[in-house]
Amino acid sequence: MRGKLWSLALYLFVLGFILNLLGIVTHVTVSAFAKRWFGTPLPPSFTTDWFVYAWTNFDLGRVLTVTVIVALCVVVLALLIAYPAAYILARRNFRGKTLLLLLYFLPLVIPQMTYGISLATTLYGWPIGGTIFAVILANLVPMVPLAIFVLIPFFEQISLNLEWGAQTLGASRAQIFRRILLPLTVPGMLTAGVLILVNTVSNFELTFLVSGSGSQTLVVALFYNVFAGGVRPVYSVDAMALMYMATVLVILLVALHFVRPTQMVFRLDQGVR
Amino acid sequence: MSRTLDSLRFRITKRFGAKVVLDDFALEVRGRQFVTLLGPSGCGKSTALNIVAGLIPASDGELWIDGARIDQMPAEHRGFGMVFQNYALFPHMTVFGNIAFGLEIQRRPAAEINDRVRAMLALVRLPELGDRYPSQLSGGQQQRVAIARALVLEPRLLLLDEPLSNLDAKLRIEMRAEIKRIHASLGLTCIYVTHDQIEALSLSDWIVVMREGIVMQAGPPSEIYNHPKNVFVADFMGFRNFFSGLVNADGELEGAGGAWRIKGRAHALAPGAAATAAIRPEDVQVGADASVNRFNGRVEIVEYLGRENEGVLRLEDQSSLWVHTPARLAPGETVPVTFPPDKVIFLPAEAP
Amino acid sequence: MIASRRGEPRELDLTAVLCLAPSVIYVVVMFVYPFLHGIYLSLRPPKQTGLSLANYIAFFSDEWQYGTIWITFTLAVPTTVIVVSTALFLAYGMRRGIRMERTITTILVLPVSLGVILLSIGIQGFYGSRGWFNQILIGAGLLSEPLQLTNNHTGVMLSLFMQQFPFCFLMLLGYISGIDPTLEKSARTLGANSWIVFRRVMLPLMAPGIAIAFALVFVMTFAVFPSAILLGQPAGATRTIAIAAYHQAFEHYDMSYASAIAVIMGLCQLAGLVLIVLVRQRMIAAPTMGVGKR
Repeated sequence: MRGKLWSLALYLFVLGFILNLLGIVTHVTVSAFAKRWFGTPLPPSFTTDWFVYAWTNFDLGRVLTVTVIVALCVVVLALLIAYPAAYILARRNFRGKTLLLLLYFLPLVIPQMTYGISLATTLYGWPIGGTIFAVILANLVPMVPLAIFVLIPFFEQISLNLEWGAQTLGASRAQIFRRILLPLTVPGMLTAGVLILVNTVSNFELTFLVSGSGSQTLVVALFYNVFAGGVRPVYSVDAMALMYMATVLVILLVALHFVRPTQMVFRLDQGVR
Repeated sequence: MSRTLDSLRFRITKRFGAKVVLDDFALEVRGRQFVTLLGPSGCGKSTALNIVAGLIPASDGELWIDGARIDQMPAEHRGFGMVFQNYALFPHMTVFGNIAFGLEIQRRPAAEINDRVRAMLALVRLPELGDRYPSQLSGGQQQRVAIARALVLEPRLLLLDEPLSNLDAKLRIEMRAEIKRIHASLGLTCIYVTHDQIEALSLSDWIVVMREGIVMQAGPPSEIYNHPKNVFVADFMGFRNFFSGLVNADGELEGAGGAWRIKGRAHALAPGAAATAAIRPEDVQVGADASVNRFNGRVEIVEYLGRENEGVLRLEDQSSLWVHTPARLAPGETVPVTFPPDKVIFLPAEAP
Repeated sequence: MIASRRGEPRELDLTAVLCLAPSVIYVVVMFVYPFLHGIYLSLRPPKQTGLSLANYIAFFSDEWQYGTIWITFTLAVPTTVIVVSTALFLAYGMRRGIRMERTITTILVLPVSLGVILLSIGIQGFYGSRGWFNQILIGAGLLSEPLQLTNNHTGVMLSLFMQQFPFCFLMLLGYISGIDPTLEKSARTLGANSWIVFRRVMLPLMAPGIAIAFALVFVMTFAVFPSAILLGQPAGATRTIAIAAYHQAFEHYDMSYASAIAVIMGLCQLAGLVLIVLVRQRMIAAPTMGVGKR
């Protein structure tokens, strides 16, 4: 019976968490569709006008474009940079390997605000400061290590014997890469790519610190609109929030296809043991 | 001076979802007996042990110890010692700390704990190692600490779950003798679980052979070894050669269409019954000539084992015969083989 | 890709260097350099030549500024304690596996994936004084006045909890699952009840994981920024050190001062880490049992 009480407490907590989440998300949703809403359980009338308002007034078309471009560029570039590094780290041991891994680990474990200010300062000191390039470069800082740590176990799973076997059969390095390594690491690249995507789209601090007015991603623009306070009707902000949420949920649904939920919170549990 | 019990009796059934892991498994263990549950992995023997220990509940059934019913009693109150396959020593405590753990829970005075732990370390012959940590010990030493830890509490019943499986062959032999010595000197009641027939034969007073949750045969080691009652137990006990046929009017086993005839030990099977004859490889006589049970076999494979050879022969009816013999065998040659009738047992045929 | 002789660590050949170079260069140029540059910059205040600690002195002479350290601690420490203990409670209870584990982990992971902004907006609405949470409690007669859960300390902590809890929980769950389950079984056969099993067997073995969880959550919550703005009082009670740094950088355009504040923030996080390590050392050194040494 002791065990039963325990289970009850657990399930109650989880239930509370779910209700909490549902409440939060539903509130935003209802507000987005409300004409006006003040203190009553539900708004007296509904409308979809706020979405149109948000789209036009908040320049959502451009914001969405920026978000998509940034996300895709970060995914592609991070994978390109991380892939060869992950291969070597999975296959080889060498002096200083631990230090190198620690180096890669730092951008993931040090909070973005702590290094973001100096990163922003540096980027603004270069001609690209405040542009979409700066946003891409900034997001790559934590995403390259993330990609590396996600890819390493996938490489480790491919037995070295497969490469040796191909060698004994006469394959060149390029052929081994193209016909053995690449196909076998597709799941790894998908996992890493999806994680990078989710993290980049929802990344706030870094993008916030380095972006200019023309290079804000959806979540940063959303923040500015909330923060602008009374100038923006709260319903329009909620409408924008809903659009952001819909985007992220769609990406999440796709992501969960390739990735276990645990890996979403990744950030650090890979390196910690 | 352990408290011993008079008897432990149980009849248990265990289901995991739709799968029946133990089917009305019943056993009575008397005081000071060494009972072994023997069987392949998945036969339910470890599950049974865990149920007796109180670590998992039975789906159905009862456990009685000395007339008191204990199924609802939690594991920590049963007073049974348990030794696990992977030793389960607490890595963050020293050897001394591990052994003292149970006594500390009982809040024994420090002096008493000290004496009892020392005595136990001496019993398992590790008097110098009290300060070491488990990671600093060899496998055999860890296993002895695990035994000491369970025994120091003077349990009325000792449960051992494949304690020797993780040790190498040489250590296993040593530890087997150790367990036997401890059992004899302390007069403990033990339930031992293993898949190794040699351990079962050498240690036990009573063996229960299990398969998929059902008892296939139970009895003293000599009976299990010499008089297996079915093909499964016979196979487990080293009978590797099996021949299927029908019992004829003379009580012999006949192959299809009378192709061959085997004479065996006395049995109670009726004429016309389907049966299986079995003989151990080491009982097959190679090269001897006899009037009964004589066959010719062509040597296919020979393995040199030092004192003897292990061979696979092909008989006239194309069946294989395993032999284990000091005689010299050359691949390709045909040799006569005999099955001494008193070494051949007849078993009821089983559906494949 | 020739096999290493006798498995000794191989030196780096050209291929390895070429493969590692892009990522190493990137991290060095875009992370290490700005970091170090920031520290250097913090020592070069605009009105002075040469290195000087003027920024740091200014920070610690202005209560408006150094007060943020205390404010941030009062946010970070309670949140960390609550997050880790709740996560531990849950993870320990679920150590033997639970039904619908995948569903539950997916749900727990949602807040993180949705992001801090959405979460904060939602909390603002739902837990606001006119939001559903208060409406339900008032409607059920449990309250006569709404609870102030937003635009204050509590609101920020709520948001931080929802962001940090999933990660901490999953990490601890993974860690606890890695502990050999037979240890618990054997402790029980030796007479230990659930509490003794927890205190004398499981807790010491979980201690490293708990310490790491504590450290990571603390470091993350100490850098709290958007939650403190959206759900707190960024100009008052929840003016965290990150907000102070941001103000200097983007409202006063004093990058040097801002960098100094960022350095101070980093040092505070480091101090917290050191403290956690020290506490843990103390815990290990304490005897795990009364009897045991000769």
